[in-house]
Amino acid sequence: MGTTTKAITRNEVYGENTEKTKARGFLKRTWPLHIMLLPAVILQFIFVYIPLGGLVIAFQDYKPYDGIFHSKWVGLEHFKFMFDYPDIKQVITNTAFIAALKIICGIIVPFIFALLLNEVNFNPFKRTVQTLVYLPYFISWVFLGGILNDMLSSDGIINTVLHNWFGVKESILFLGDGNWFRFVVVLSDVWQQFGYGTIVYLAALAGVNPSLYEAAEVDGATRWKQTWHVTIPSLLPIVIVVGTLALGNILNAGFDQIFNLYNPLVYSKGDIIDTFVYRTGILNGQYSLATAVGIFKSLIGFVLIIVGYQLAKKYADYKIF
Amino acid sequence: MYQKTLGYRAFSVFNYLLLSLAGLLCIIPIIHILAISFSASAPANAHLVGMWPVDFNTESYTKTMNNPNFLRAFWISIFRTALGASITLIVITLGGYALSKDTTAFKARSRYAWYFVFTMWFSGGIVPLYIVIRNLHMMNTIWALVLPGSVAVFNMILLMNFFRATPKELEEAAFIDGAGHFSILFRVYLPLAMPALATMSLFTIVGNWNAWFDALLYINDYRNYPLATFLQTIIVQQDFSKLNPDVNELKNISQRTVKAAQIFIGMLPVLLVYPFLQRFFVKGIVLGAVKE
Repeated sequence: MGTTTKAITRNEVYGENTEKTKARGFLKRTWPLHIMLLPAVILQFIFVYIPLGGLVIAFQDYKPYDGIFHSKWVGLEHFKFMFDYPDIKQVITNTAFIAALKIICGIIVPFIFALLLNEVNFNPFKRTVQTLVYLPYFISWVFLGGILNDMLSSDGIINTVLHNWFGVKESILFLGDGNWFRFVVVLSDVWQQFGYGTIVYLAALAGVNPSLYEAAEVDGATRWKQTWHVTIPSLLPIVIVVGTLALGNILNAGFDQIFNLYNPLVYSKGDIIDTFVYRTGILNGQYSLATAVGIFKSLIGFVLIIVGYQLAKKYADYKIF
Repeated sequence: MYQKTLGYRAFSVFNYLLLSLAGLLCIIPIIHILAISFSASAPANAHLVGMWPVDFNTESYTKTMNNPNFLRAFWISIFRTALGASITLIVITLGGYALSKDTTAFKARSRYAWYFVFTMWFSGGIVPLYIVIRNLHMMNTIWALVLPGSVAVFNMILLMNFFRATPKELEEAAFIDGAGHFSILFRVYLPLAMPALATMSLFTIVGNWNAWFDALLYINDYRNYPLATFLQTIIVQQDFSKLNPDVNELKNISQRTVKAAQIFIGMLPVLLVYPFLQRFFVKGIVLGAVKE
């Protein structure tokens, strides 16, 4: 022995500092990544982070010609005003009621539909049904609203069918009567969303271990028993996740839909926070009030999302990242 | 075998019927509106049209296509969709690739990731964004429609996950051959990510085509409205004041068959891309929803 071979690096030969070269090499490798992220970073900064700063106008008496920097500070006045506003209780009740119904039906209907679809062995039929039921999800509420306004009018096709086939004497004012309006809103929302909602359940169904069914079969379980004891318990975690995450939407009753279906006749039962804010805040120029209501809504939503995530984590072991 | 029992067979028949009915229910409204649009005015106004045109004619489409306001809005929508989808795709591909790198190789990664995830949860809401857009002098421009929502963070994360699932060996081999990040992204990752990219593009295209509320806020001149906003104004709100139409035009656009034709043309691009969309999106959604 005696001699130890030692690798002589280029740095030692030329007397360069190893650390520096490393750092340079590192930077050389990552600067393209920073550049790639730059457009997204800038866009989000301008259109999300700067507007977040603009939330201060909720505590001001914001006037467009004064701007954010010269408008008068009023503290929590808009929040107080909001809760004193005569219609606000009704609006919040409407929102929570409609949203809660949508959330509940939006879980149950797709779940059952996925179970039924899963029983179909003839694939072309299955695919055709899927193609048809996913479709409404992709159509804007502007067009759906236009169609429903026509179909549900007092002499529209729905009333005609009810009259001719079922002998209903008086036309029903689906979009002119508050209670019917709520019914239509929830039903049409389920109609638009249920197909799309089945996707996640169908994926979960495909992931159920087939040996569980084989074992159940050996034990002589009927298909109904297999569904009850194998399928449903396997899907329960994902149902819990979907349900808890939907909690954050309790004050989102669906602006796009309601705005395209409602009219002054049904404000008492169908006006929700978002449409109310649009009319009083934006159209009437009460910008600070609109922003204050927005903050209130976000706070409630945020608390519920956190609660939802905690529940999802606890009961279904679900983590977002 | 449960499939052979009488009870299950009875259930099967019932099940097929129920599912067919549900499927039909989802397209009946579209068929109805299509039938009205191809009917003559008189039977349509008398509500005699069901699922099949009565006195078939294409007058409503001729009228719609001869309406310069409608055509302009249609082209604005096409332009907006092309521009908006391109911006989104470029931005989220670049961003998704950078975020897909390991923290060991790209230390700032988690800081960037939080920067974007934060924007999924918090926003200033309508009014502050409106003020920003006004101060940037973007009112009445196409930029007010395509830029604010262009960073689709959720889609960017989906792409990130997709890139991460790509075998690292490919990237390493390219690195050794002297490729930089940009050429690795465009030559190695993108060809592999085509299904994911197709999903993203179709979602973005549909989203841009369907958007209507932003133009209601940021566009003051109806002549710059995209189609969805234009139809929202004249069909849903039935507000003709901005349009200032002459008597003839007013008579035309408020006709039931013409309304139906306008709605159908408005939906048509989505109906056309939908078959392609459907092939991909189930995979795309599941990719994001179900994790190991």
